[in-house]
Amino acid sequence: MKNRVVSLFEKKKKNILSVFYTAGFPSLNATKEIAEALQQGGVDMIELGIPFSDPVADGPTIQASNKIALDNGMTVTLLLEQLKQIRKTVSVPILLMGYLNPVLQYGIERFVKDAAAAGADGFILPDLPLDEYLDSWQSLVEQHGLVTTFLISPTTSEERIRKVDAATKGFIYAVSSSSTTGTRTGFDEDQVAYFKRLQSMQLKNSFLIGFGVSNRETYQTVCEYANGAIIGSAFIKLLQSSTNHQQDIQTFISQLK
Amino acid sequence: MKYQVNEKGFYGQFGGAYIPEMLYPNIEELRLQYLQIINEPSFQSEFDQLLKDYVGRPTPLFLAKRLSKKYKANIYLKREDLCHTGAHKINNTIGQILVAKKLGKQKIIAETGAGQHGVATATVCALMGMECIVYMGQLDIERQRPNVERMRILGAKVVPATSGNMTLKDATNEAMRHWINHPTDTHYIIGSVVGPHPYPDMVSRFQSVISEEIKSQLIHELGNPFPDYVIACVGGGSNAAGAFYHFLNDEHVNLVAVEAAGKGVDSGESAATTALGKVGILHGSKSLLMQTADGQVVEPYSISAGLDYPGIGPLHAHLFETGRVQFLSATDDEAMNAGIELSRMEGIIPAIESAHAVAALSQLSLNEDDVVVINLSGRGDKDLETYIRWGKY
Ligand SMILES: Cc1ncc(COP(=O)(O)O)c(C=O)c1O
Repeated sequence: MKNRVVSLFEKKKKNILSVFYTAGFPSLNATKEIAEALQQGGVDMIELGIPFSDPVADGPTIQASNKIALDNGMTVTLLLEQLKQIRKTVSVPILLMGYLNPVLQYGIERFVKDAAAAGADGFILPDLPLDEYLDSWQSLVEQHGLVTTFLISPTTSEERIRKVDAATKGFIYAVSSSSTTGTRTGFDEDQVAYFKRLQSMQLKNSFLIGFGVSNRETYQTVCEYANGAIIGSAFIKLLQSSTNHQQDIQTFISQLK
Repeated sequence: MKYQVNEKGFYGQFGGAYIPEMLYPNIEELRLQYLQIINEPSFQSEFDQLLKDYVGRPTPLFLAKRLSKKYKANIYLKREDLCHTGAHKINNTIGQILVAKKLGKQKIIAETGAGQHGVATATVCALMGMECIVYMGQLDIERQRPNVERMRILGAKVVPATSGNMTLKDATNEAMRHWINHPTDTHYIIGSVVGPHPYPDMVSRFQSVISEEIKSQLIHELGNPFPDYVIACVGGGSNAAGAFYHFLNDEHVNLVAVEAAGKGVDSGESAATTALGKVGILHGSKSLLMQTADGQVVEPYSISAGLDYPGIGPLHAHLFETGRVQFLSATDDEAMNAGIELSRMEGIIPAIESAHAVAALSQLSLNEDDVVVINLSGRGDKDLETYIRWGKY
């Protein structure tokens, strides 16, 4: 089967919407119904967060969702089991996103193999160094038909962006500002200049902008420059207060688009 | 060169720079420049001058006669407790603030556990007129109140870390988050030999003055630079790295690291990383780490706030794995007893961290002509409250 992420970016070039949430949050078994509601609401891709005790790149909202998911009893093993169930009803691309240590304990080879078997399309591992990926992950990941997405930020050099582009099959995750998740709201001139710079670089891969996309306005702004957007903290906040996931998720997405 | 960091930032399988992209430019800038900066003659002379005139180096190597008699060996104390601000931590903060200046940074951030590194950072920031923010776990703020006020008097802003267990690990997370959000004008002064490459190597180099001095002091005292033992406590491992550094290739010198066993290694309340940890990644480097089978970091415990860290620096993980350093541990009780003993026998109230190193004496089988150097990393002033609560004196 062709990788779903690769297929998505071949078919669709504009207004791609990817949503991040933490597996096992707000309740242990909510993972599946949230994925289903996201698909029904029309999102193009799901980033399923593997919770970690020390999420250094995340702001307070996603930190809290990590903690609650762990307190609920979420583990890598359980997450992969849930993913298997999710795949019975959900066909949009799903990436697993998380910090390296839980993956390391699970075992890198075992993780890649089991993730592929459970129906994942790839990974986003923000603290995995690009060089280490090229040396000891890439062939394993590709052998299982998966992709890995890397982050770039406004302080990433052009040379490095090109290197990331060359290593990527799927899409690039452009962080909108130098910040942790959920820290900023709205975009300033410097950020827009950065988006334009990326747009003009003619990268071989599509890129999505994340961090600071929280509503219709910010979603539409980034979609002017990028192939689409990633929403994380704003969605976690919705889940925090939602009493009817199905309905609230539908409304949330329809208000964005 | 067996124990030196390699060009990729590893000590054996440990080390590296496992950081999110947002920190990459900062770490890369530091990696590309740190050696060049610290090897410049102008840097070295300023560093040496400050260590001498401001920190009060060289610190004495003191023959502890009554302790020697009791333990039937020649026991020397390397008096890092006499450094300005009361611990070895300032050797590193002096070095790093000079690096920060060379890199053109205007602001400094730091994490702190016991508050010693926070005070040492606030001190050098005052000295250099730089803005200083120190992250400290809310729990540590409560148990190390005097150091919090010292930092404030020195002009630093102390920000409570309220995530996790609200101790050193969480303060480090918050400092890294701050750095992600302020990447261009800020330097992060890490307080131990932890963090992404090049921090472990850079901090080791700044602390290596300890073993450099021990060697020349022993030559003066005994005619040769080699003790039989060097003993140091390990939280992240900076005082131990400094005390071991120039002895690493002298394989006949026994190097002993002492971790905090808390209420006992198997009690579930411990910080003995080499006994309890597995290979893992935290705060940007691969090392030994206390964690669950699922890779979640376990909250450590020690009576000593400065040893209350779930990992050790990658250099130490390598020294443990290769067997170059013997790792022991001391419980809260053993450390407190050793602290009282040192106070009574030598008139020196040690930091509770350092008391862990003293506690190792009774675990070693020493010969009468053995020369033993204990790195007395800090003084006990900050720990009076804990001594008082302990009460058994
Ligand atoms: C006096 C003293 N010794 C030791 C330590 C532990 O740190 P390290 O292992 O980096 O020397 C601390 C940390 O706060 C300290 O204050």
